[in-house]
Amino acid sequence: MTDTTCPDKILWSVCNVNCGSRCALRVHVKDGTVVKIETDNTGEDTPGAHEIRACLRGRALRKWIYSPERLLHPLKRTGKRGEGQFARISWEEAIEQIATKLDQVIKTHGNEAVHRIYGTGNLGGVVSGREQIDRLMNLLGGQLNHYNSYSTAQITHGLQYTYGVHECANNLSDMANSKLAVFFGNNTAETRMSGGGSTYDLARVKKQSNVRLIVIDPRHSDTAVLAADEWIPIRPGTDAALVCALAHVLITEDLVDQPFLDRYCVGYDVATMPPGFLAGNSYKEYILGTGPDGIPKTPQWASSITGIPAERIIQLAREIGTAKPAYIAQGWGPQRHANGEQTARAICMLPILTGNVGIQGGNSGGREAPFGFAFPSIPTGSNPVSTSIPCFLWTQAIEDPKGFTDITHGLMGKQHLETPIKFIWSFASNTLVNQHSDIRHTHDILSDETACEMIVLIDNVMTSSATYADIVLPGVSVFEESDLAYQGYGVEMAALILRPKAIEPLGECRTLFEICSDIANRLGVGREFTEDRTRDEWVTYMYHQCRQVRDDLPKNFEQAMQTGLFKWKRQGPPIVGLKDFRENPEAAPLKTPSGKIEIFSKRLWDIAHAWQLPDGDVISALPEYHQTWGMPGTPESARYPLQLIGHHHKQRTHSSYGNNPWLQEAAVQSLWINPLDAEARGISHNDLVCVFNDCGQTQVPAKVTPRIMPGVLSLPQGAWYTPDKQGNDTNGSINILTRQRPSPLAKGNPQHTNLVEVRKVSP
Amino acid sequence: MTRELNKWAFTLDAQQCTGCKTCMVACKDKNNLALGLRWRRVAEYCGGQWMPLPDGTFMQDVFTYYVSVSCNHCMDPICTQVCPTTAMHPDENGIVTVDQGKCMGCRYCEWACPYGAPQFDADAGRMTKCNFCEDYLSEGRSPACVSACPTRALGFGPWDELEKDARSQPDIAPLPDIKITTPCSVLVPHRMSRTQDDVTGTIANPEENKDA
Repeated sequence: MTDTTCPDKILWSVCNVNCGSRCALRVHVKDGTVVKIETDNTGEDTPGAHEIRACLRGRALRKWIYSPERLLHPLKRTGKRGEGQFARISWEEAIEQIATKLDQVIKTHGNEAVHRIYGTGNLGGVVSGREQIDRLMNLLGGQLNHYNSYSTAQITHGLQYTYGVHECANNLSDMANSKLAVFFGNNTAETRMSGGGSTYDLARVKKQSNVRLIVIDPRHSDTAVLAADEWIPIRPGTDAALVCALAHVLITEDLVDQPFLDRYCVGYDVATMPPGFLAGNSYKEYILGTGPDGIPKTPQWASSITGIPAERIIQLAREIGTAKPAYIAQGWGPQRHANGEQTARAICMLPILTGNVGIQGGNSGGREAPFGFAFPSIPTGSNPVSTSIPCFLWTQAIEDPKGFTDITHGLMGKQHLETPIKFIWSFASNTLVNQHSDIRHTHDILSDETACEMIVLIDNVMTSSATYADIVLPGVSVFEESDLAYQGYGVEMAALILRPKAIEPLGECRTLFEICSDIANRLGVGREFTEDRTRDEWVTYMYHQCRQVRDDLPKNFEQAMQTGLFKWKRQGPPIVGLKDFRENPEAAPLKTPSGKIEIFSKRLWDIAHAWQLPDGDVISALPEYHQTWGMPGTPESARYPLQLIGHHHKQRTHSSYGNNPWLQEAAVQSLWINPLDAEARGISHNDLVCVFNDCGQTQVPAKVTPRIMPGVLSLPQGAWYTPDKQGNDTNGSINILTRQRPSPLAKGNPQHTNLVEVRKVSP
Repeated sequence: MTRELNKWAFTLDAQQCTGCKTCMVACKDKNNLALGLRWRRVAEYCGGQWMPLPDGTFMQDVFTYYVSVSCNHCMDPICTQVCPTTAMHPDENGIVTVDQGKCMGCRYCEWACPYGAPQFDADAGRMTKCNFCEDYLSEGRSPACVSACPTRALGFGPWDELEKDARSQPDIAPLPDIKITTPCSVLVPHRMSRTQDDVTGTIANPEENKDA
């Protein structure tokens, strides 16, 4: 057994995967090896000066950096893509092959044929982050851009049409000033588990204020366990239907804030409709059934859609309508659906109808606002290529560039793509296969080596995506390079962490800065890339850039590195989103065309008429409920009657750390299934089951639990695709079952919109 | 009585516990525990029924809460009573400890303990268990699990002070009858907590708590 006592040194570090929290770690090093990982144990642990305690994922990092899957040498693919056959090559050979191919692709197809795909396995590293690739590519003439994220595409777009911005929420701590809190999804306790950020804040504010919290979620989440007074289960993708029915009660029982709607909003009723729109198009008319569809959105109408009894909907509406202020918030699960933009906008209707926007103790309906300082990123220069694709549609950009247009696929900067993606950079990303939808379809696209001709992947371990790369480069882990890290989702406190290199790089691992420098040198832009700074000098330089933001940081970098962790308490009452607008809408208008809250969005009306959408996809000017593909009641549901969502699991952050045995032991991968659905299929707890639909199938043990609604399954997203010989997954990897069809407006990933069936696997 | 005065005890505010298992992993890292050894475990206790209604909606009364458990360093530690070699013993601070020189790995303590606290290290052929991070205590520091807890649900302190905590209800499901070993721990119940005679719930994560 390793002697973990008496370390040679204890150094600050950070967990920088994409829960976004970025917790502080204390790395114990002995004889050049990490022997123990503690978390922030400094200070008095009072709110605002509290310890930024890492969750189990950060605490298990030793098993990640020293895992058997750790990449130690550059590799070149020798088998077919996905087979996992590689040969070791030298760094010189790897750099030469990458530079040669990159140069050839740019000369042959142009810079738009090069794309760094979305990836967040290293998020919050300043000098260690993905921006280095963007910096390199911008010096080489640019690359195809992407917009959106796999986390928030639909809510980002939706709220921009309603509010002109998508980040417009109050702090979570403002719940203490509320009479009632209602969460749609918003599972902080499993998505932002940090003991320094959102989960710490939620636990604290609930304990202190005991504000009544209702959680609306298909799954009885750990957030519901921690803080909910009541859980209202709802069928996935039907939140907007619930909101419509709540609105119906609020309107018919005169619980709406009419003066607020008159002064601050467009399109609630005919009085505030934009000029030129005939009667019948306002929100009130849509809800009451006097609009074009003629359907009153009554609680009875919504009950069979949502699975929530009509009486409970009526009661909930009265609770919301009479509790002021009310903190109504949504997480990012409700929007990750085929109708996610509408859902995100619809949920915001509750605070809008009740006048809870822009006030202390209220909220806009968005996810809780973080607190922090705008510390800088490394300068990436400007991209000479302006063309940008939704990040979810990169496979489409390989497969069918001719059909990739502005009005069909959300292409920005051009009317249609002129070249397919020929060269992919994949840094700290499992999006290449694992986190992208429809793994089997992705496999088919990537298997054609004449389509995308080169995939360069840089990571710490041999992920399922890495098996599809042509060149695999071993990147250093977080402990093997120095850097800065900024606070993640803090509420009461902002932070800056300076981390030194704790151990030497394992094997032949190199920093991304070194890799990009070598390629820059080879292609003649070496000095422009480094600006004659070493990597260490870049860290120091960026630290001094941070001092432009916080001049109370020490002047001396070495002294700051010794201190390691800096915290700033948020001053004053909790931040209120859209406060200025609420106080004076004429002086501080929103960034919408009207300057007001656009319940009816003429921009969306115009888009709906200009864009070409597949049958069944709807973009509407009002936040309406629309049933989509992949939901109950569709023809597909006759064969695949169960809805499948993919909750965030404490074992991993997305797919990061998915091979860590300590985490696998602590939180097993299993399919959540209600006892009623399990019994109907002869499934008992811990039985091996097969989940399947037309996309593919996966095998995983069943967790038979009343914590998931009947008719709904949940498979924790992010488990590593582990195919059998037929390409079927054996590890509960959800994206073998998801579809690549994007949402209508944002062209985002609807990865919780799925229909499946499940059966017990015979022993 | 001197032993009781020096005795340490863990506290758990179950209302604050999200079942995240950071305590368990911090313990594993600090003590370099092999797979299968979990000196601290977290039980997910869950129950309730679903009632489908004719209109396609549902009624339900689902409840869930978590209980993080390590060795309770009990007043009447049954593990010490069944140990044939006296390897299992309370030390001067009341911390129930395995004398590795005496332990022969017979596993009687493991079978006797209703909390599953003593665990068999197959490689060493001896029993292992929570030692309350005695080395940390001697440095004035908190046990690893306590200082790890993201929601500050876990705590610790001297038993003679803590045992008077009126909020404590250590007799909740799925914990065993406290009369078996008289555990020295404070358990503030979750709002959903059920009593020990509850038959509506079960431990929902047995595979995450199984013995080594």
